[in-house]
Amino acid sequence: MSLAKRIIPCLDVDQGRVVKGVQFIDIRDAGDPVEVARRYDREGADELTFLDITASHEDRETIVHVVEQVASEVFIPLTVGGGIREVADVRRMLNAGADKVAINTAAVFNPEFVREASERFGSQCIVVAIDAKQVSVDGEPLRWEIFTHGGRKPTGIDAIEWSVKMVDYGAGEILLTSMDRDGTKRGFNLELNHAISQAVSVPVIASGGVGNLQHLADGVTKGGADAVLAASIFHFGEYTVGEAKAFMAEQGIEVRL
Amino acid sequence: MSTLAVIDYGMGNLRSVSKALEHVAPDTNVVVTDSTETIRSADRIVFPGVGAMRDCMDELEKRELSQVVRDAAKDRPFLGICLGMQLLLERSEENDGTTGLGILKGDVRQFPVPLHDPEQNPEERLKIPHMGWNEVMQRVEHPLWHGVPDKSRFYFVHSYYAAPESEEDIAGTTRYGFGFTSALQHDNLFATQFHPEKSQHLGLQLLKNFTQWNGS
Repeated sequence: MSLAKRIIPCLDVDQGRVVKGVQFIDIRDAGDPVEVARRYDREGADELTFLDITASHEDRETIVHVVEQVASEVFIPLTVGGGIREVADVRRMLNAGADKVAINTAAVFNPEFVREASERFGSQCIVVAIDAKQVSVDGEPLRWEIFTHGGRKPTGIDAIEWSVKMVDYGAGEILLTSMDRDGTKRGFNLELNHAISQAVSVPVIASGGVGNLQHLADGVTKGGADAVLAASIFHFGEYTVGEAKAFMAEQGIEVRL
Repeated sequence: MSTLAVIDYGMGNLRSVSKALEHVAPDTNVVVTDSTETIRSADRIVFPGVGAMRDCMDELEKRELSQVVRDAAKDRPFLGICLGMQLLLERSEENDGTTGLGILKGDVRQFPVPLHDPEQNPEERLKIPHMGWNEVMQRVEHPLWHGVPDKSRFYFVHSYYAAPESEEDIAGTTRYGFGFTSALQHDNLFATQFHPEKSQHLGLQLLKNFTQWNGS
């Protein structure tokens, strides 16, 4: 027996409510983040990730309070992403009780920020979130590019090269979202995940597209993921985290039961 | 009311450690502190730490805490967590060689890259850092293992591991490519490579045991 593959429910939080969009556009309300976090903890989630998608700057304090409250009663690793742009943002989240922060767009605009943050707080708490979209057409070798702003803006940066660079700059983990799959319930982009997992030395969290439990298992067995992240299949009561783990264990995947 | 000092030397996030301790021991006064006076007078000591060992040693020196930590480690229930465990040893391979506090005999070594487990799945390249929930085999009976089943999973995140000189100092081991020491014990000292404060109810159980331990 060895290290378990992790299941990480993800809570997209907008102005203090858990929401989930389909390809980042439509939004459905899924409840109070503290209550949702408690439930996932009880069900055996290995970690929790909060992505703050609040648009306005004034409402950003809300996520700090959510994290503070969750951290005082849920004792598993907590990651917070969304709007982490400078060292002060990292410190604020860690002080609120987060264990890791996920840096996305800011890394693309200023890669040195990743280096600075990892030197200051340690690589163990710096997750670089990568939103990738396939840019190759049928018949070409597969190629993926980094997109920012919730998948709306292309950057021209190759996803594999970018992952390697981010690890070099101090990322302790990669949170990899396939923008082609996010919200579609068609399963992870396994080719993308496998390519990135092979290319980097650090753990890779697969994200985007989970619609059933087989998708989670495939992320590990076919996509080489060290952890799998999902939102809507858990939020709307289709499956519990416990059911997901039991399913993965049946397929021979090591999980924490 | 007994006092528990969580030593704050500017390395990492101590909030989760103090929150977890407050949660399991509402009757204990949990203080996050870098005051030598408070540390010297505390009944119990928790010594956390994340990041690079050299940075930690520099910060301890800068705040004149190295000797205070060494003294406290002699005579009171003392719990090292993560880097707070590694710092107890004499030296580390980190940054081409870093001196530790030398409270226990032994080294801190880096996981080799690439890392494979020849016995389990030799094809799989194991990721570094070792991050996530792994099993801890209890090597001794100890008050801190009370209520914690053998081979329970705890949350780890680290790229270096402790290699104590004496077998007797090993309280627990974990397999990641090979077996390494994931918990240390020596008289009034206990230390874990994993994060009990992030290991849900079994981690909280271990912390609770610590707050009730008299150090023998």
